[in-house]
Amino acid sequence: MIAFLVQRLYQAVLVMLTVGLIAFALFNYVGDPINNMVGQDTSLADRERLRQELGLNDTFIVQFARFVGRAARGEFGLSYQQARPVGQIILEKMPATLELSFVAATLALAIGVPMGIYTGLHRQSWLSQLLLGLSLVGVSLPTFLIGILLILVFAVTLGWLPSFGRGNVVQFGWWSSGLVTLDGWRAIILPAVTLSLFQMTLITRLVRAEMIEVLRTDYIKFARARGLTNRAVNFGHALKNTLVPVITIAGLQLGSIIAFAIITETVFQWPGMGLMFIQAVTFVDIPVMAAYLVLVGFFFVVINLIVDLLYHVLDPRLRVDRERVGVG
Amino acid sequence: MTKKLGSVCRWTLSAVMVIAALAGTGEAKTFRWANDGDPTTMDPHARSDLFVTSFDMNMYEPLLRRNRELKLEPALATEWSNVEPTIWRFKLRQGVEFHDGTPFTADDVVFSAQRAIAPGSDLAGQLAVVKEVKKVDDYTIDFITDGPAPILPNYLVGIAIMSKAWCAAHNTTSAAMLKDEESYATRNANGTGPFMLKDRQPAVRTVLVKNPNWWGLKEQPTDVDEVVFSRIENVATRVAALLSGELDMVYNVPPQDIERIQKTQGMKIWETPELRTIFLGMDQSRDELLESNVKGKNPFKDKRVRQAFYQVIDEDAIKTKVMRGFAHPTALMVGPGINGYDSTLDKRYPYDPLAAKRLLSEAGYPDGFEVGFDCPNDRYVNDEAICQAVVAMLARIGVKVNLLAQTKAKYFAKINAPGYQTSFYLLGWTPTPLDTLHMLSNLAQTRSKDFRDGAWNEGGYSNLSLDELIQKIQVELDSEKRNELISKGLSIVKEDFVYIPLHQQMVVWASRDSVDLAPMGNNDFQLRYVKLK
Repeated sequence: MIAFLVQRLYQAVLVMLTVGLIAFALFNYVGDPINNMVGQDTSLADRERLRQELGLNDTFIVQFARFVGRAARGEFGLSYQQARPVGQIILEKMPATLELSFVAATLALAIGVPMGIYTGLHRQSWLSQLLLGLSLVGVSLPTFLIGILLILVFAVTLGWLPSFGRGNVVQFGWWSSGLVTLDGWRAIILPAVTLSLFQMTLITRLVRAEMIEVLRTDYIKFARARGLTNRAVNFGHALKNTLVPVITIAGLQLGSIIAFAIITETVFQWPGMGLMFIQAVTFVDIPVMAAYLVLVGFFFVVINLIVDLLYHVLDPRLRVDRERVGVG
Repeated sequence: MTKKLGSVCRWTLSAVMVIAALAGTGEAKTFRWANDGDPTTMDPHARSDLFVTSFDMNMYEPLLRRNRELKLEPALATEWSNVEPTIWRFKLRQGVEFHDGTPFTADDVVFSAQRAIAPGSDLAGQLAVVKEVKKVDDYTIDFITDGPAPILPNYLVGIAIMSKAWCAAHNTTSAAMLKDEESYATRNANGTGPFMLKDRQPAVRTVLVKNPNWWGLKEQPTDVDEVVFSRIENVATRVAALLSGELDMVYNVPPQDIERIQKTQGMKIWETPELRTIFLGMDQSRDELLESNVKGKNPFKDKRVRQAFYQVIDEDAIKTKVMRGFAHPTALMVGPGINGYDSTLDKRYPYDPLAAKRLLSEAGYPDGFEVGFDCPNDRYVNDEAICQAVVAMLARIGVKVNLLAQTKAKYFAKINAPGYQTSFYLLGWTPTPLDTLHMLSNLAQTRSKDFRDGAWNEGGYSNLSLDELIQKIQVELDSEKRNELISKGLSIVKEDFVYIPLHQQMVVWASRDSVDLAPMGNNDFQLRYVKLK
């Protein structure tokens, strides 16, 4: 087990280094940050001096090496745009993104799984057809459009929910939480729904397909032959066996929820890391972009690791295999 | 039962307390507004950006400021004069205090001017002419300049006065932004202005409160007690937040949203012509264009070609179709409101495709030619759409234009000094001191080797008689004579087709109709003018 973790950690570092290298190679194509940082009356000499100080004249390999060297010491430099330490900015923004992703993922699972089970069990019912039809709309509409539509209906027309921001947040040390105030919950509803819609559809369809598949297998027929109740067959035997692929996908999707919260965060001006990244791209804020990309790489690795560990919990066969290998 | 009653009592009591508290704050007037950009730093010397400076100047103050008609008026200086051709003398206002209670004196002015000139400040370019700043007595200051400097006061409008003691105490005596540590002044402020910084969450929310000890309160009581600024980048969300009542005002409304806001009851659009001129420029210095199929010569060196380009572009169509009426077509490179603007010269050459075609034939291009065109797509109002219209119009005389519209970070890197890698481009220009000289010396003067003169003359136009004229304008202290010289300069630029001026765009803000605002052509938003009914 420990060897497995160490191996994964090693992989994580490798993934992050690769992401960083590719990122720095691409930064050359994002544009020149200097013009965003100075006014029209700043002389060319002053512009050049700033460029030199920031090391922008170096090749991307040199810039990357410097980034890695400083990152190893826990320094990510100052944001070009905000003139504040990047680490501090990311720590400020992370709770917003993680809370939004967590609520969205919970919504997706809490609604997606039951919907999948229902539509899998009652394939012909009109409610199943309706749910599947609606879910098709959910995947086909682009996120920003759904967001704008929700704002139009619930913020502008009905005036029930706020259209932007996080509402009132409470600080717990460095963590700022919007989940402990009513205002914060009101603010998270629309972005969380927007962000979860795609995942919800995906999970519904996945659970449905798996259920249909599993219900055809022999052991389900045997279970019915043994006279078990429908409930025991459907949930005890069928559902549990559909969950392995569902967890893989849901886990990977959690990574993409965090990474692709960007669009939702931009529409709702949600002050998270995705919005921070967009702001950094438009400003060509290289220190922020670099730190964010590497961090997202790290998230993906960690989530994959957790998913792998969950397999072992859910699927006894994997446990047995590994133990045998260990013994052998 | 008694227990229940007790809890009811407690509830009622706390409800009453909440209502009382609400009533207490109910009297405080809060003004909530949003913009797509953020005032990235509270340090008024760190960045010369229109929005940042305008925001910070609600907390800090300069020696002189502009009123809502853009006229200079006393702020921390009460009077100023040119005691000698190279000395501007300022009498300072007495009895003014910084937000932290320290009194304001001449030492703060000397310190602030030095901080604004020193490396790390982004304002040094505006004060390039200043040789020395001298304290005469506690309330008198001399600015000694390198030669006569008629428009120094205009530049001082952008130079905020900081407290020397406060900066020293917080180790922020220089404005350098990107040292290894964050500067204290980046998220804290201590000025003399009508508003004080209460809470700063970068890129999210900034809260200002009224300064109850502001020296200007007697003449101009500020109506607002608290100002909450939110950054909302997505324009649809910004407009939605206004319509849903979460905001009182939105800064920068794009033309396509204006009609919708106007149609909504209780909403109001504020508009005023902006001082920025949008224009097209052409490479007139290279012997062969970088991006063209004409080899061995540069068609833009021929004035007839430049005139043909000018006359085939239908600015009225751009105004009505692309800008939806929110533009002011111009024949000059400066608009009304800029010192030196001459309305007698502001007549555009007519839109005339036939004449354009003839001119192009005479110049030796009867079938037109091919040329690259650089355009930003996130810098000016509808910039890319304007460029697309230009492409279509030039096609009428056989000129095939290859448009490259890209984000400003890439666009400016391509067209700016020292490379000037462009053949044909769209740019906008607001003279910082609101004086025509700034446009002439940046856009029309021959480029100097150190890039100080003609720094933004991307096309490399060079005319020695115009250069001489500009040098005269630079040192002429008599404003009447000076404006005559400026008119001459403007007509040379116009008649030589150095640029193709298109229009001044409009400053458009939106608010609830219970709000009173003072939109200014230089995009300045002074919160002291905000009134809530």
